[in-house]
Amino acid sequence: MSGTYDVIVVGGGIVGSACAWECARRGLKVLMVEAGIVGGGATAAGMGHLVVMDDSEAQFALTAYSCQLWRELAAELPGSVEHEVCGTLWVAADEWEMGEVERKARYYEERGVAVEVIGGKRLEQLEPNLRAGMAGALRVPGDAVIYPPAATHWMSERAGEAGATVWRGVEVRQILEEGAVELAGGAVVEAFVVVNAAGATAGRLTPGLPVRGRKGHLAITDRYPGFARHQLIELGYLKSAHGEEGDSVAFNIQPRKTGQMLVGSSRQYGAEGGEVEPGILGRMLRRAVAYMPGLRLLNVVRVWTGERAATPDKLPLIGPVPGRSSIWLATGHEGLGITTSLGTARLLGERLVGGDPEIPYKPYDPGRFAWVPVAGQTGAGVGAW
Amino acid sequence: MSRQRRDEAYDVVVVGGGPAGVAAATAAAESGKRVGLIDESPWLGGQIWRGEAERPHSEKARRWLKRLEAAGVTVRVGVSVVGGDGAGWLVAEDRRGAWRIGYEALILATGARDRFLPFPGWTAPHVMGVGGLQTLVKSGWPVAGKRVAIVGSGPLLWALAEGVTAAGGVVVVLAEQASWESVRRFGAGLIRYPAKLVQAIGLRARLAGVPYWCGWWPAVTRSEGDWAVVTVTDGTSRRELKCDLVAFGFGLVPNLELARLLGCGTRDEPGWEGVEVGLDQETGLSGVYAAGEATGVKGAEAALVEGRVAGYAAAGRRAEAEALYGLRDRWRRFGAMLAQAFALRAELKTLADDDTIVCRCEDVTYGRLRTWRTAREAKLMTRCGMGPCQGRVCGAACRFLWSWEPDRVRPPATVARLETLMELGTGGNGG
Repeated sequence: MSGTYDVIVVGGGIVGSACAWECARRGLKVLMVEAGIVGGGATAAGMGHLVVMDDSEAQFALTAYSCQLWRELAAELPGSVEHEVCGTLWVAADEWEMGEVERKARYYEERGVAVEVIGGKRLEQLEPNLRAGMAGALRVPGDAVIYPPAATHWMSERAGEAGATVWRGVEVRQILEEGAVELAGGAVVEAFVVVNAAGATAGRLTPGLPVRGRKGHLAITDRYPGFARHQLIELGYLKSAHGEEGDSVAFNIQPRKTGQMLVGSSRQYGAEGGEVEPGILGRMLRRAVAYMPGLRLLNVVRVWTGERAATPDKLPLIGPVPGRSSIWLATGHEGLGITTSLGTARLLGERLVGGDPEIPYKPYDPGRFAWVPVAGQTGAGVGAW
Repeated sequence: MSRQRRDEAYDVVVVGGGPAGVAAATAAAESGKRVGLIDESPWLGGQIWRGEAERPHSEKARRWLKRLEAAGVTVRVGVSVVGGDGAGWLVAEDRRGAWRIGYEALILATGARDRFLPFPGWTAPHVMGVGGLQTLVKSGWPVAGKRVAIVGSGPLLWALAEGVTAAGGVVVVLAEQASWESVRRFGAGLIRYPAKLVQAIGLRARLAGVPYWCGWWPAVTRSEGDWAVVTVTDGTSRRELKCDLVAFGFGLVPNLELARLLGCGTRDEPGWEGVEVGLDQETGLSGVYAAGEATGVKGAEAALVEGRVAGYAAAGRRAEAEALYGLRDRWRRFGAMLAQAFALRAELKTLADDDTIVCRCEDVTYGRLRTWRTAREAKLMTRCGMGPCQGRVCGAACRFLWSWEPDRVRPPATVARLETLMELGTGGNGG
C-alpha cells in the first residue's frame, strides 16, 4: 500500500470525513485512513447537536458559520442522518440566569442569529415536563439535531464519489516529518500534507499537542415521543463546559427523531478508559431529574462514554503545526466537533489551497499556542498542557 | 415524588431462580449462610421449571423448591438486577422502585434464552418462540384442538411437543435440523445416562403420534386465511404444512450480560459461549461464582450440580463441593453430547432473504445488515441491536450468521428506570 497523495487525512470521525470530502471536492487527491469504523469514535458517542455557542467571539464565529453550512446541506442529507430542526432552549432556573438570557439574546441578535426570549409561563407550555417555576429560557430556533455516525458515513461516501480513497480498519503508527504516514504494518504512504484529525488520540501522532481527553457520559431512554420537544440545556452549562478542572455535570436533554431521549452531560479530565463510572453517571442523572422530574420513571436502554478532544482555550486546532508545513491539524473540537466539522473543513480546505477563508482563521491556528512539537517517535499519549 | 429505595444484605446472593440458582441457594443456606435468591420473573423455576412453583409437573422440581423453602432462603421475585460494582453490591429494581443488595459472595445463575434465527415470516403473528409457547401452554393458554408446527433444534422441541400434546393440541410436525445420524448417535449415547434414557423412552411413547423429521428445517412461513403455512425443507425437497401456530427455536444461548458487566471473563466461541469458571465455579472475580447454563448450555442436570458446587464453595464448604466434581463432570459430558448432536448446520445461515427482519426492535432487515463487517459498525449505521432488547435477540443471530463479535456490554444489564441507575453510584453505605 503506497502511492502519492496530495492530502492524507488521519482519522475518519466527522471532522476527518468532512475534511476529506472538502479536499476531494476541491480536486485534491485524498486518502482518508481510519483505524476503526468511520464515525465510530467520539463522533458516535456525542449528542449530535448543531448549536450556535457564544463562549467567545471565535467560538461564535465558527459555530454560526458551521450551522449556516449545515442549513445549506440540509436538503441533501439522507433520512438516516435524522436531521431535525428542533431548536435549543437555554433554560434559566432563576432571575439571575434570566438576566443571562437577556444578555445572550442581545449578543445573538446583534450578530444576526434569530432568537426568542421565553417567559416562565410560556416555557411551561413549550416543555411541560420541565420542573415548574423556571424563570424562562432563550430559544434558538435554528439549532438542529442529527445522528452523527450516519452523517459521517454519508460524508465519507461523498468524499469517495469526489475521488477520495478511504481505508477503514487501517492504523497509522506514525506521522513522519517529511509529510508521510507509517502504517501499523510498516508501509509508508506519502503526501504533500498530512492532516491529523485523530480527535482525542491526536496527541499520540503529533507529540506535544495541546490536546487532552475530556470524558463524557450519555444515557438514552426507550421511546417517549414528545417528552421533550427542544434540545434543553441549563444555562449553568457554560460553567460546566468551561469551568474548573474538576468533574462537572450539566442538564442537557435531546429528543431524538425516534422518540428516544438522550440524557447528558458530564465532563472529566484525566479519566482513563471508556468505562461507565457509576459515581459521575449518578450525579449526571440526578442533575437531569432536578430539571425534569418525570425522567425518573423513564426506562434507560443504554449508557456509554466518549472522549472529547479538549484544548486549553476551548477552540479547535485548524491549520499547520508551527514549523511543520506538511503536517496540519484538525482536532481539539471538544464538545462541538459535530457542529463545527463543516466549518473546520472549509477553513482547512481554503487555507490548504491558499485561498481566503470566509471567517478569520487566526483564532484556530495552532500557532496561537507556544508549544514545541516533540520530534521523533510516537508520543506518550494524550498529553498534559 | 421520591420513592423509597430498599437496602438488603446477605452472606450469599444468587441471581436467577432456575435449577442452578435454586440448587446454589439451597446448598449455601443449608451450610448456614443467609441467602437471598433474586429472579426477574414473577415465579421461581427459570425457563425449564417455569410454573412449577404454582402447578408442579416435575417431581424433581417439586423436591428442590420444597428444599429451598425449608433451608430458609429469602426469595425476591420480580426483581431484575441492573448492575453492580462486582465487589459487594448489586443494584436492582422491581415495579415499585430501586433495591441495593449487598453480598459477601455472589452466584450468577442467569440461565439461557432461546436462539432465534431469521427466516422469511418468522416475525409474523402466528409464529412464536418455543420458550414463549411453552410458557403460554403451562399457564393454561388454550391449545386444545390447535395444530402446531414445531421447528428448529434441540430437546426443548420435544418438551414443547409434550406440553402441546398433553394440553390437547396436535403437533403436525416436529422438524429437527440435526441429521438422523446425529440424533441417533445421541440416543445411543444415552445408555450411559439411564435416567435420561428412561425419560427419553417415556417421551418417545407419549409423542408416538408426532411426526418427527430429522434433517428438516423451516424455509418460510406465510398466512393463508386463518391458517399459517410453514414450508420445511431438507435441502433438496420442500413440504408445506397447514397449522394454527408455528413454534421455533434453535437451541439456547447463555445470558451473559450481567457477568460481562461485572467484569467476569467469558468464552465467546460460537456454540460454546459462557462465563469462565474454575473448579469450584468461581469466576475470575474473587467471591463471584457462576453456575448452570450461564457457564455454557448443557442442560438442567449439569445446572443442578454446578449450582450445588457453587453454593457449597460460596459457603466455604470445600469438601462438600469437591465431592460433587465427579457427578458434575458426568453431566458436563452429557452437555457436550447435546451440543454436538444438535450443532447448527450451515444451511441455516442462508434462510433469510434481503427483506427478512433480523432486529425486531428497530426493524432492520438482513439486506441492510449483510454489507457491514462488524457488529459495532452495523449497530451504528442501521440501529441493529439499539432497541429495548439491546441485541438480546438479534445479537445471537448476527453472531451465527456472520460470526460478529459481540459489542461491548454497557450498563444497565437490562432496561431499567433512570432513577434506578442513579443508585449505581451511591456507594456501599447508600449515601
